[in-house]
Amino acid sequence: MTSSHILTGRYFMNGDHACAEGAIAAGCRFFGGYPITPSTEIAERLSRRMPQIGGVYIQMEDEMGSLATVLGASAAGARSMTATSGPGFSLMMENIGLAAMMELPCLVVNVQRGSPSTGLPTLPGQADVMQARWGSHGDYGVVAYAPWSPQEFFDLTVHSFNVADRYRVPVLLMADEVVGHMVERVEIPEADQIPYWERKRPSGSKKDFNPFKAIDDDLVPPLAHAGEGYRVHFTGLTHDERGYPDMSADTHQLLVTRLVQKINRNTKDLIRTEAFHLEGARVVVIAFGSTARSARRAVRVARERGMPVGFLRLISIWPFPEQLIRDLAQDVDAFVVAEMNLGQMIHEVERQVDQPVLGVHHAGGVMLAPQPILEAIEKVTKNG
Amino acid sequence: MVKPLLVEEHPLDGMIRADRMPHIWCPGCGIGIVMRCYAQAIIKSGIELEKHVVVSGIGCSGRVAGYMNIDSYHTTHGRGIPFATGLKLANPDLCVSIFSGDGDLAAIGGNHLIHAARRNIDITVICANNFNYGMTGGQMGPTTPYGAKSTTSIYGCPEHPFNLVYLLAAAGANFVSRWTTIHVRQVIDDVLYAFKKPGFSFIEVLAPCPIGFGKSNDLEKGIDEMLLYRERCVHKPDTPLDQLGIDLREDQPIYVGRFIDREAPAYQPILMEEKT
Repeated sequence: MTSSHILTGRYFMNGDHACAEGAIAAGCRFFGGYPITPSTEIAERLSRRMPQIGGVYIQMEDEMGSLATVLGASAAGARSMTATSGPGFSLMMENIGLAAMMELPCLVVNVQRGSPSTGLPTLPGQADVMQARWGSHGDYGVVAYAPWSPQEFFDLTVHSFNVADRYRVPVLLMADEVVGHMVERVEIPEADQIPYWERKRPSGSKKDFNPFKAIDDDLVPPLAHAGEGYRVHFTGLTHDERGYPDMSADTHQLLVTRLVQKINRNTKDLIRTEAFHLEGARVVVIAFGSTARSARRAVRVARERGMPVGFLRLISIWPFPEQLIRDLAQDVDAFVVAEMNLGQMIHEVERQVDQPVLGVHHAGGVMLAPQPILEAIEKVTKNG
Repeated sequence: MVKPLLVEEHPLDGMIRADRMPHIWCPGCGIGIVMRCYAQAIIKSGIELEKHVVVSGIGCSGRVAGYMNIDSYHTTHGRGIPFATGLKLANPDLCVSIFSGDGDLAAIGGNHLIHAARRNIDITVICANNFNYGMTGGQMGPTTPYGAKSTTSIYGCPEHPFNLVYLLAAAGANFVSRWTTIHVRQVIDDVLYAFKKPGFSFIEVLAPCPIGFGKSNDLEKGIDEMLLYRERCVHKPDTPLDQLGIDLREDQPIYVGRFIDREAPAYQPILMEEKT
């Protein structure tokens, strides 16, 4: 990676473009995708940028092909990504499962729009939260982040590539239309300020290498790339440490447990949150993505009016910060969860706490305003 | 007395993952013959073994990826071609082949098949065509001949099959041929040729499936379908493409040969001079 590829400097750019520049800054050299509103600007920007830096932009025939080609590029050693929105995200579910099973790192960006189905192509939503967690069939661990600004879209794109490589997982970057199309200041750091986490790579005898044997405590096996002489076999079938298909319940139990534990054991490294005014708070507001902007405003106004309110912003939405929420619950009377869907993340909060949890929900199509969140804060404060 | 010949080593031993044997294929299945041709072509190619990569989708033919002793990827149903596209574009030094079946490639993966051919991606597709979904027990598929029986077409297949050669030719592939499992030398030669030929190559190999397809169509033994190939196959590379459809009724010929061999430029990602 040469520093000249990174557009170090201060810009006024939209979130989708910031994501594309974040990918380049992270060393991504392969984009396979299919145009879909409101993520298309990521593809457009990378179709212009990749040819300038020796990377590949390929426009696929559909989203199944998009993620499949991204996984092939990852297997060959490239940092690779795709970007889509709800309908395409649905089509990618089969290969998100394949990525989890083959443990091939990749980045899937979902700039969420109003849904279900074709929904509201040009307008925002946050209703793919549970699909991100459970969308592909079966049990597997997943990592998902939700940026609240173009700057954070840039930063989390870099971070997502690092996490994907470090843990050999597909990382889902769950933006929304507001963040994707919003134009704000984005600061792109110097090349040496861009964090870079290496893939864990094999060493030692090529003949005795077991591509799915995790020796380290983090449960992540080293990744051998195609063409390196390890003669690896990767399959979506249940497989043993050699990568060979094995249709036994014991092998299945071992493999799937490891795929889940790989995330559960490393939550400290994966979970990211931001806290505002949590000290002494009796009510905590929880939000993520663009809704967090309104939530912060509501919390500020409430505090100005003397209400003891704090705010927890989820930067990572999966894995969910269960322990953190339980710790907060020690000193809190009530929670407010604001999200642009009819009630998804609220269930995760409710599972952790005994206190009342009041939801502020909207089906999408318009950003949640601060006012209904403020009203919810007032309601639970009065009740307390 | 002839002394029994004890073969301790087979010339293709290094190409097969012996610890994966026995394979899953039924007695009389033709896929092993096609895999053997692929292995033979790899050895003959002179390309380093570590540069060969095989990608498969799902199905009986998809299991080839698991048996070849090279870097191998057994992907989701129908997605072998886009996965292989990513491998090839991310590392152009690789010699990437897709080995899969007719249902995987032409039904669920049909869109990827025609678009990879249109782009003329420099990969080789070996399609073992056994006229049915074998792994799930012999259902009709996109290549099942009109009127042929299967577990989901017991009254005879009511659909017309793809003429894969015509399809791939129209889509833009640089090289398209069709053979059967009795044409072992031709298959080896064409796979070898396809490895070195820039652009998209498609080699269809008709393969017996006595258990899945044959039992419903009076071809109960593997040899029955081999005999049918021998009786019906006509090597006629200049046959008009639209007449290459396969019809097992009456005495229709099965045309085989190299039908397309052209020099359209292979797909290349755009590379721009960096602005300084």
